[in-house]
Amino acid sequence: MNPLDFSVLWRGDYPALIARGMVTLLELTAASWVLAMALGTLLAFIRMSRSRIARAFVATYVEYHQNVPMLVQIFLWYFGIPTLLPQDWQMWVNRNGGEFIFAFIAIGLAMAAYVSEALRGGIRAVPATQLEAARALGLNFLQSFRLVVLPQAARIALPALVSHTVLLLKNTSLAMAIGVVELTYATREIESQSFRTIEVYLFSTVVYLALTLLIMWGGSRAEARLRLPTR
Amino acid sequence: MQDILAILRDYGMLLLVGQYPHGPVGGLVITLALSILGVALAFPLGVLMALARISPYAVVRLPAIAVIAVVRGVPLIMFIFWVYFFLPVLTGRPISGFTTLLVTLVIYEAAYLAEIVRAGIEGLPKGQMEGARAVGLTYMQAMRLVILPQALYNMVPAMLGQFVSTVKETSLGYVISVNELTFAANQINSILLTKPFGVYLILALTYFAVCFTLTQLARMLERRIARRRAGARPSTPAASPAATVPASQNA
Repeated sequence: MNPLDFSVLWRGDYPALIARGMVTLLELTAASWVLAMALGTLLAFIRMSRSRIARAFVATYVEYHQNVPMLVQIFLWYFGIPTLLPQDWQMWVNRNGGEFIFAFIAIGLAMAAYVSEALRGGIRAVPATQLEAARALGLNFLQSFRLVVLPQAARIALPALVSHTVLLLKNTSLAMAIGVVELTYATREIESQSFRTIEVYLFSTVVYLALTLLIMWGGSRAEARLRLPTR
Repeated sequence: MQDILAILRDYGMLLLVGQYPHGPVGGLVITLALSILGVALAFPLGVLMALARISPYAVVRLPAIAVIAVVRGVPLIMFIFWVYFFLPVLTGRPISGFTTLLVTLVIYEAAYLAEIVRAGIEGLPKGQMEGARAVGLTYMQAMRLVILPQALYNMVPAMLGQFVSTVKETSLGYVISVNELTFAANQINSILLTKPFGVYLILALTYFAVCFTLTQLARMLERRIARRRAGARPSTPAASPAATVPASQNA
């Protein structure tokens, strides 16, 4: 085999393709992360409700998203859902980068299930007296949740949330299956044009590894900074 | 609804067994075969990696830490491509998609199983090792006869959870055209063309049926094991740190 030659990555339009792949990877990760965190928090909140129907709804949501492969969920959204939409919606979605939108929805909704489970674990670990005390001080239920329970629950759930963030970033690679030009797609494209397999794959593998290590490092920093003095 | 029943009637067998008996076996059978073989072959490797990971010798420990960190930090799809390109180079002959995916899964799952086994070992009271050493067993004997049997038993639910992850991960075989369940559904979709929602809904529900059943089984086992441990040693609450099923962590 030829000696490694990483200069191939700078040839022709490869740098642009790599840059596009990395930007899309980060955009998809960030967008899905925000959706997952927001919806996950909402679901965890609903799960605390006294209504059995509301709790069963969240439980079903969580079980579906945790027991179906992410790739299949992406396929269902990308290939299946548009056929149920009105014609002009379909056209709008296709014109505005449908792959990205559906990958974002599928990944965000699926990861919301994991986030809500992590937060639920955190909420259960907060003593019930915290909520009772907050209510006794005159806060309403929503205020008690937002100001007293959630900040403590999120701290307890932080390690799980960090590992789910890593998982989310890794799962964005599945978007290549529906043609989103993220890093894995770009890698495959450059490999098939240049045949410099090792160089190209090594580059992307190192990028993924660096990003996941960065998230884990950031997570442990956050854990140390947010730790409550009493715990 | 009518659509879904029609698809099931016409293509149900293709989803279950592929083209068998008129062609190669595929579909759900291959998905399950890949998962079972993958986890079964990864298990001994995972135990060895776990032992290396907690070894007192840095020469053994550091490579294990590195391998586990790399596997957990890189998307599975990347590993599939690595094996896809380099396994044929290493062995000098063409490799089927099935073997490619199986080899990838064995490496990938071994790293995850290693972390589960490690959590199981570290979740045991220190006295177990000290007691075993005190009665004269060597380190390896103590591991083999005292620590591992307990650690592995406690970790059965978590390993079942990892098996569920593996079932879901085999869907990535689609990108290298392994003839498994997701691939079969894509075939059906390209035959029918106009019923993507029905086809992929059936696909999702099939995975759900398999994985949800196994997840529930894991939870049942977890409760039983927790009860048994609590009963055996009433003084220590059944609180091994990782004894909760991490409701299947992956893809």
